[in-house]
Amino acid sequence: MENFQLLLEGFATAATPMNLLLALIGVTVGTAVGVLPGIGPAMTVALLLPITYGLEPTGAMIMLAGILYGGMYGGSTTSILLNTPGESSSVVTAIEGNLMAKSGRAAQALATAAIGSFVAGTIGTLLVVFTMPWMTKFAISMGAPEYFAVILLAFIAVTAVLGSSRIRGFSSLMIGLAIGIIGIDATSGQSRMSFGVAQLGDGVDVIVVAVGIFALGEALWVAAHLRHGAADVIPVGRPFLGKQDWKRSWKPWLRGTAFGFPFGAVPAGGAEIPTFLSYITEKKLTKHPEEFGKGAIEGVAGPEAANNASAAGTFVPMLSLGLPTNATAAVLLAALVSYGIQPGPLLLQRESTLVWALLASLLIGNTLLVFLNLPLAPLWAKLLRIPRPYLYAGILFFAAMGAYAVNGSPFDLILLLGLGIIGFGMRRFGLPVLPLIVAVIMGPLIELQCRRALQLASGSPRGLIGGVDAATGLFALSPVCVTVYTIILIVLIWPVVYPPIRRRLDRRRTETAVDDTAKTGGTQR
Amino acid sequence: MSEAVAVAAKTRPPLVEFVPCAFLALMGVLVLIDAGTLSNNRTGVDPLGPRAVPIVVGVVSLILAVALAVSVRRGHLAEAESGEDIDLGHKADVKTVLLLIGVFTLNILLIDTLGWVISGGLLFYGSAIALGSRHFIRDLFIAAALSLGTFYAFAIGLGVNLPAGILQGIL
Repeated sequence: MENFQLLLEGFATAATPMNLLLALIGVTVGTAVGVLPGIGPAMTVALLLPITYGLEPTGAMIMLAGILYGGMYGGSTTSILLNTPGESSSVVTAIEGNLMAKSGRAAQALATAAIGSFVAGTIGTLLVVFTMPWMTKFAISMGAPEYFAVILLAFIAVTAVLGSSRIRGFSSLMIGLAIGIIGIDATSGQSRMSFGVAQLGDGVDVIVVAVGIFALGEALWVAAHLRHGAADVIPVGRPFLGKQDWKRSWKPWLRGTAFGFPFGAVPAGGAEIPTFLSYITEKKLTKHPEEFGKGAIEGVAGPEAANNASAAGTFVPMLSLGLPTNATAAVLLAALVSYGIQPGPLLLQRESTLVWALLASLLIGNTLLVFLNLPLAPLWAKLLRIPRPYLYAGILFFAAMGAYAVNGSPFDLILLLGLGIIGFGMRRFGLPVLPLIVAVIMGPLIELQCRRALQLASGSPRGLIGGVDAATGLFALSPVCVTVYTIILIVLIWPVVYPPIRRRLDRRRTETAVDDTAKTGGTQR
Repeated sequence: MSEAVAVAAKTRPPLVEFVPCAFLALMGVLVLIDAGTLSNNRTGVDPLGPRAVPIVVGVVSLILAVALAVSVRRGHLAEAESGEDIDLGHKADVKTVLLLIGVFTLNILLIDTLGWVISGGLLFYGSAIALGSRHFIRDLFIAAALSLGTFYAFAIGLGVNLPAGILQGIL
């Protein structure tokens, strides 16, 4: 049980009074900001990055872990108490959660979300701990060709699997890659895409991109469509669960966790699919089907657990491979890069203390959240009434501060504004923002790995699918590459191949039984 | 996420829907022009060279620009992003957005000379008013409290890089 030992060491690092304080500040500020309407977990982390600037990396990551879980919890509070859904990951929680709140059971809805998040986050983090050594073994066995293939898979996955328009997804990816090209090319020493602007020589800081796209872009977009007359906030007392509620919640929590974690752990799994799967599962298994559509506690407990387990799962690819699979992980990786830490397969070897302290503080932060949020929920609900002009003016204010502080240069503010306008345009024209941010982070890396892979094969393109076997001295296909490219191929040709099959199936179904079509049709979205 | 909404294929989509196509095309051309200025020193150490990735990005962007234009022309319009405070029922409030961009630009121009406390305060004050706040006096106090508070907490407390500007020595 070597990993258990390491986790205990992580606790020793994370549990110093100073680091505990950082975790506490992180969850508190994270929840407070995450509760604010319109601010999702990714924007919470991006806006709060400056408070970690003065810390050393371990302390900063401990605080960011707190901010992340706080922001996620805050997000679900918002979606339960406001009658409009916020970020896509809590849309499903909002369906039954908001109905519960409307029928006077807001306290129970918040309680099952809080405790469910705790259960799912804890189990999820422990699963990360146990998969870590195995994942690391896999990660360090990877050479340049394998790493190249895996990043390519991440690109294809975030663009082609998530979101509905592939053209728009790939467009977003290309914008991100173009931003990633800006700056001096490390291998050849030539300045690319800087058009004679000296400040562009260092490239565009990933944090400026994240803050510009997530914070400034969102604030400008909301400003253009601000709801006149604030949305109704449902008042809430101290959250609690009755005996019956516990009985009805615990199984959905566990099932939600089982759905969420694997989806979080694979590239492009995301939280949308598992929360939805959890919802339809609970709807089928419940003993109170009549309550679904009127506020069923199972419909909150399951999806919320799935959401949190998925968030925990994203730490697997993020820590072992340096792959961000959702927006929040992308911002966290951007933060890591800004501390001079190179994410990737060697992270766990080089920064073992940091990684295990981070995992331990995820567990600590999760526990702090439950104790903090049950009594503080009425206060958080008050934050929802913040006047919107102050809220969005505040986002612009903190975005400007955070971006300026990266390099202490007004030039970054010009970039921030430009990126904010791009972010605005992307929201207007339905371009997803996740592919862009993933491409900015991973673009330079995939180019580097491609160069290394080709260099190892003396320029032959087959260097991308394998390498020279050290034992035999002969060229050998890499099983990892072959598998990954096969998956990519399937993902890409699926929409071309699938519709004719489905059409044929549909035809056969309508011919055989009308009843069956009605049933299966109901579960498809 | 956004779902492309099919409208009746015969109605011509509004021109503004083609903005992302134009953006992609322009970006693709810029990337390709820049790639053309690079000296392509492919070596044994670097068989790929510095031009390959920009060329791929540029060409794919141009292809996507065309593909997106065709898709929009066929009626697959974008679905704008929704959210908690967003009401897509009314037309975009262009004036507010331009005002916010203006206030933000002012902050960029003033931050180094006047310092964060003044320029940041103006940013908050101007943005709040642009967003519809009409408590002119109260907003001023909130803006001052925020910018002073962040300056003391971040620049002096945490050592974050924020300029004092003309208030150097007073703060």
